[in-house]
Amino acid sequence: MISWWLLPLFAGLGVAATAGPLGSLVVWRRLAFFGDTLAHGALLGITLGILFDLHLTLALIFSCSVLALILLQLDKYTGIASDTLLGILSHSSLAIGLVVLSFFDNVRIDLMAYLFGDLLAVNQNDLLWIFAGGTLVIGLLIWQWRGLLASTVSEELAAIDGYPVKRLKAMLVLLLALVVAISMKIVGVLLISALLIIPAAAARPLAKSPEQMAMLASLIGMLSVCAGMAFSFIWDTPTGPTIVVSAASLFVMSQVYNSVRK
Amino acid sequence: MNPELVVVKTEAETLIRAQGINQTWGSRHVLQSIDIAISENEIVTIIGPNGCGKSSLLRILLGLHTADSGKVTRRKGLRIGYMPQNLRIDDRLPLSVTGFLMLAPGARKARVQEWLSRLSITELAKQPVQRLSGGEWQRVLLARALLIEPHLLVLDEPVQGVDIQGQRELYQLLPELRNELGCGIVLVSHDLHLVMAQTDRVICLNGHVCCSGHPDQVSVSDEYNSLFGNQRGHQHNHPLAPLAPVSELAPELAHYTHHHDHKHCVDGHVEGSKECDHVDQEQSDTHKEHKHD
Repeated sequence: MISWWLLPLFAGLGVAATAGPLGSLVVWRRLAFFGDTLAHGALLGITLGILFDLHLTLALIFSCSVLALILLQLDKYTGIASDTLLGILSHSSLAIGLVVLSFFDNVRIDLMAYLFGDLLAVNQNDLLWIFAGGTLVIGLLIWQWRGLLASTVSEELAAIDGYPVKRLKAMLVLLLALVVAISMKIVGVLLISALLIIPAAAARPLAKSPEQMAMLASLIGMLSVCAGMAFSFIWDTPTGPTIVVSAASLFVMSQVYNSVRK
Repeated sequence: MNPELVVVKTEAETLIRAQGINQTWGSRHVLQSIDIAISENEIVTIIGPNGCGKSSLLRILLGLHTADSGKVTRRKGLRIGYMPQNLRIDDRLPLSVTGFLMLAPGARKARVQEWLSRLSITELAKQPVQRLSGGEWQRVLLARALLIEPHLLVLDEPVQGVDIQGQRELYQLLPELRNELGCGIVLVSHDLHLVMAQTDRVICLNGHVCCSGHPDQVSVSDEYNSLFGNQRGHQHNHPLAPLAPVSELAPELAHYTHHHDHKHCVDGHVEGSKECDHVDQEQSDTHKEHKHD
């Protein structure tokens, strides 16, 4: 007999562990807004999934990946500043998702759950997705770590050195899409980038190398999940946001530690 | 003619060759039918006024950009070590000098340490890259370029922001490296007048190849005086700040004298033309008849 809180806990820990290294790369490469846009666009994926009666997680992964590749191309070929472009796509895709959903009277989904996540509703299937996806993401990141880091330092230098810079970027963006799609159910659309960025930012002052920062970000994220779940039970607060608040508190603590140390 | 020299020349393999390179940015012809070849064991200095095609040519040679027309051929399996002019690493990335150097493909810890001590920067190994001074950072960048065991070493403005002592050391080191590694070396500089003494060939770029040839080994003190003789509207004689007595620099630096029929302003632009790339056919034809003394 599995305790009812074990599934959500493991799901949260799995997502946090995956978000550590990926979030660090997002922080280093200034992709924070990119992840945000993917998450907002994902609502469109949910809408489509419901309309066509697709497997929701698959529909999400698919729509996030397509969106990620479109963003990657647009970034290259349009003259619009990329933050402006992301802002436009981010909010309009969220809005389109909501508008399209409202056309279907017979479809009722809990929007709050998508915006803020519902960790406690996680089932075994979700857990399987999280761990399969997480293993894939971390495996690929470790495999290509040197190239990813080299192109983070300088895309030009990495290209001259012969790293496949463009393919690495596409891979990173697709992995980001995958993690956003999978972790959506846990922390929700609005809080995904928080889970990617806050633990990584909190890890920065404590880390001496990129690898350390990635691992510390995982640990801090996992600690936030444990603390967030505990506090949400004690105070009867929504789990997703409580996890993010915990991560934010850890971030503040690491900043204080950093300034005291100096 | 020195027969030995001929033998060396025929044996040296061409590493990279650019033919008929044309590049236009908007309405500006930045590069016009550029032909350049760099061989093994050769040190080439590319000079040119600011904004007149050096960086475009460099990007094309490095394979970062494809020219509008023209062809770049590289020797098969050519490894290029590139030392960028400036590279800023974001504070958010915790990276030590060793960590940075380990990112060079095929880098091993032992080799990293070897190069660090060769460039006398061993004590920097554990420093975060963001805390280095300009000169230190440049050595680290050079170490990285050398770590990939390059056939061709490309240095973009290597002495900019480096003190005289640092320049001397670099200019002593480069010929050594060339002899050791047998690599070709390309230096890019906006300084139209002072080049490394051991440069085999100077290429003066101003949209087109103005002229090229050996740097002049002229009497240093005379030349130094002439630098200050004509400061405005001079013939490629740029005013240089007297940073140090030139005798100190003498072994590593050479003055490159070349006479053009057009005059350059202090910033290197051709007087009387708004842009530095002069398309005028007549003018570029006369360039080809230039002689170096």
